[in-house]
Amino acid sequence: MSSTTTTTTVGTFTAPSRRNTELALLVFAVLIPVFAYVNVGLAKGGSVPPGALGYTLGLGLLAGVTHLVMRKWAPYADPLMLPIGTLLNGIGLVFIWRLDQEPSLGRAMAPNQLMWSTLGVALFLAILFFLKDHRVLQRYTYISMVIALVLLIAPVFFPGVNGAKIWITIPGLGSLQPGEFAKIIIAVFFAGYLMVKRDALALASRRFMGLYLPRGRDLGPILVVWALSLMILVFETDLGTSLLFFGLFVVMLYVATERTSWIVFGLLLSGGGAVAVAMFEPHVQVRVHNWLHPLDLLNGGVTETAQAMYSFGSGGLLGSGLGQGYSRLIQGIAPKSDYILATVGEEVGLAGLMGLLLLYGLLIERGIRTALGARDPFGKLLAVGLSGAFALQVFVVAGGVTGLIPLTGMTMPFLAQGGSSVIANWALVAILLRISDTARRPAPTPAPSTDAEMTQVVRP
Amino acid sequence: MNKPLRRVAVFCGLLVLALLIRVNWVQFVQSDQLKNDPHNRRVAIERYSTPRGNIIVDGKAVTGSTTTDIGDFKYKRTYKNGAMWAPVTGYASQAFDSNQLEKLNDAILTGTDDRLFFSRTVDMFTGGKQKGGNVVTTLDAKAQKAAFDGLGKSKGAVVALNPETGAILALASTPSYDPSTFAGMSNKDAEAYNALQKKNDPDDPMLNRALRQTYPPGSTFKVVTAAAALENGLYTDPDAKTNSPDPYLLPDTAGLPLHNEGSIPCENATMRVALQWSCNTVFGKISADLGNAKMKAEAEKFGFNNGKIDTPVRAAESIFPKDNRPQNAQAGIGQASNRATPLQMAMVASAVADGGKLMKPYMVEQLVAPNLNVVQQHTPQELSRPLKPENAQKLQSMMETVVKEGTGKTAQIDGVTVGGKTGTAQHGENNKDNPYAWFISYAKTAKGTPVAVAVVIEGSDTLRDDIAGGKLAAPIAKNVMKAVIEGER
Repeated sequence: MSSTTTTTTVGTFTAPSRRNTELALLVFAVLIPVFAYVNVGLAKGGSVPPGALGYTLGLGLLAGVTHLVMRKWAPYADPLMLPIGTLLNGIGLVFIWRLDQEPSLGRAMAPNQLMWSTLGVALFLAILFFLKDHRVLQRYTYISMVIALVLLIAPVFFPGVNGAKIWITIPGLGSLQPGEFAKIIIAVFFAGYLMVKRDALALASRRFMGLYLPRGRDLGPILVVWALSLMILVFETDLGTSLLFFGLFVVMLYVATERTSWIVFGLLLSGGGAVAVAMFEPHVQVRVHNWLHPLDLLNGGVTETAQAMYSFGSGGLLGSGLGQGYSRLIQGIAPKSDYILATVGEEVGLAGLMGLLLLYGLLIERGIRTALGARDPFGKLLAVGLSGAFALQVFVVAGGVTGLIPLTGMTMPFLAQGGSSVIANWALVAILLRISDTARRPAPTPAPSTDAEMTQVVRP
Repeated sequence: MNKPLRRVAVFCGLLVLALLIRVNWVQFVQSDQLKNDPHNRRVAIERYSTPRGNIIVDGKAVTGSTTTDIGDFKYKRTYKNGAMWAPVTGYASQAFDSNQLEKLNDAILTGTDDRLFFSRTVDMFTGGKQKGGNVVTTLDAKAQKAAFDGLGKSKGAVVALNPETGAILALASTPSYDPSTFAGMSNKDAEAYNALQKKNDPDDPMLNRALRQTYPPGSTFKVVTAAAALENGLYTDPDAKTNSPDPYLLPDTAGLPLHNEGSIPCENATMRVALQWSCNTVFGKISADLGNAKMKAEAEKFGFNNGKIDTPVRAAESIFPKDNRPQNAQAGIGQASNRATPLQMAMVASAVADGGKLMKPYMVEQLVAPNLNVVQQHTPQELSRPLKPENAQKLQSMMETVVKEGTGKTAQIDGVTVGGKTGTAQHGENNKDNPYAWFISYAKTAKGTPVAVAVVIEGSDTLRDDIAGGKLAAPIAKNVMKAVIEGER
């Protein structure tokens, strides 16, 4: 900027929009799944799959429309998130379609997943279109809380599936995992609540042994959330959601108050709660046992955990090649949902899996970067909450399937089969993009200063 | 709020880093262990993803492979004339593992053997599928057929050896089973396999009687007793009178008599005559005179009490035990606690026929790589020398008398010198069960001694005298010997 035109001391910060970068990346994000799709077809059927052209056009069109909408309504948004989301979703579709080729794994799920993905993208576009400023969400702090609670508690009244009550069944529509949506809504509630209470939580505390201990009345909310997450764990036997829920709260509390003591409390409470529940909840005990002894036989048979480990081990460095693995040995629909990473690990190997994890890592860090760049505390908290939730979910699922931590029933964002998951995650990315657009948008040029003529500006 | 945000960023980075380290651990460090874990079904899928190599007899494969549609396994084993060759090949099943040659040479047959490394590497670079190597056996298809057909519906076994090399020419066992019936992994295969188990089929068709079953050797053991007499100098001339009464009273008993079957000239008979008519009294006394230690030592030279006779399929141990005097005397006529496999008795005949030299029996001539390079070639090995050559000559002339003029006339072959010994082993308490009919023999031609045979039939006939061996078992031996000799010409 030239010094002659701008005469204020506050320079306007204009970040380049980077929409062209996004477009270039989107081309790759579309082409890579298309190549993967053709590769699977060649490996399984010996010919290019008949739907290849349609798939390419469909994915390209979806990405193209999304990109144009971004150009129009979120021109300054982060350029990486949309391509990464598209790539992950595309790869997920290819893997589900690949697993559909195994007759032993039941009915085809890729068409449904494609439909859900399209709905997810539609929701993404709707959010960008209708949510012009993320601060609007601040108004719905307490409504969010109510909705989140309802969503979290609802599955208790529906029958459990595979030992975990995390679904609600709507006749005619299929089942829904409310936890996926709850994580966004609860982040909105926490961001709104903490923004208001952060000073009280941060400052009114007593110092004890180097830690700032919160006052009893401020400790209230954390205990309530802790109790709630334990209740989810006990009544819905869903370790994943309760971990996610509680971890999210601790991270946001820490960011809001800048007090390390909250982290210590959070870890103590979650650790204590988890151990206590593990004592009397057989479902959790089984998972801990499977985690410690992944290759143990159960009634003389190989467990899912062991099958997943065999998948990873057999994949090795470079993998067996798309369509050429045997992850179907993990029976049921698990290979398409919770265990889809096992197929990734087996068929594209360590190299491919690391690439995938790095994509997730990149998406998470872009989210936190958005939080850093956001100018308002609500936006900061919301962005870190959403990214943190996403990060925890990725860690809990990938760590569970690879045997780093006990397995919990959650879906790998974008990758795994599951309508709720893919829709919710597109919404999550849309909100992050909206925050980042606001963050990177150039501040409105200040009105010409009337003092400019009179003040001598010292220049070097 | 930016300071905690940066920390959160670092924390999330650490989470991803932890995942990266974990997948490296699983997919790189632990990869081989997980990949080869026996419970990892991919091991079996890989194993059955290519056709197995074949087991070859007379230049032709007796095994094969076929593709299947059921389950993960692409190829399963097929057998040509499976029941006849089952005692040689064993079985290889997707569901029930494998045994015998199929098991012992599994690495060659599946192509995973280290010695096939070069061939595998070439396959890898040319993009070819891994191929299995072949196992070339020593068996003689005609002899095997003669043996198997000869046994027919009766329970029994035949072993034929080449006395000069120890090569196994025939190895038949009945009743047999067809390994094709349970080579796959369908329910039908499981039913077939279960039906063959001993608990469901008292005939125990999966028992390899030729190698894995021991029987009382009966009178065929008199050959070993005669050998012991000659080797120890008890009698040096087969045509000299022996000092033996009829009946012979067992030592250390209150005059328990040992009789002969029928009215045969056994009192003070020569060893030749005693073997010709199978005199219990003569050989019982020889065994008693020599004593347990010498009898045991001679039997061991023939291969008894050796638990490691690997052909390469391990044969059951044939027993000549340490025993008291009356038992030892009975053992001299094969009627006490000594037991022998058909292979063992074929080894006895072959040692006599080969001038007293016992060759190690074997049935795998070569292991061949997929590119037809020989990976391993068997060289005949001497196991022991139970007889001096001159004693072997004497024993041969005695055994030839048995066939020319004695109990083994049914084994005569025109223009061929045949030596043999019949046997009927009593069996069961107070002989209430059917006896075992035995015949051991060898045949000599102008070119050498190409074959020695042992036949045992778990008596389907109630004949009690020594003719049983001659009547039931000798004709089978004769046909097997003829098949080998005709193949030689």
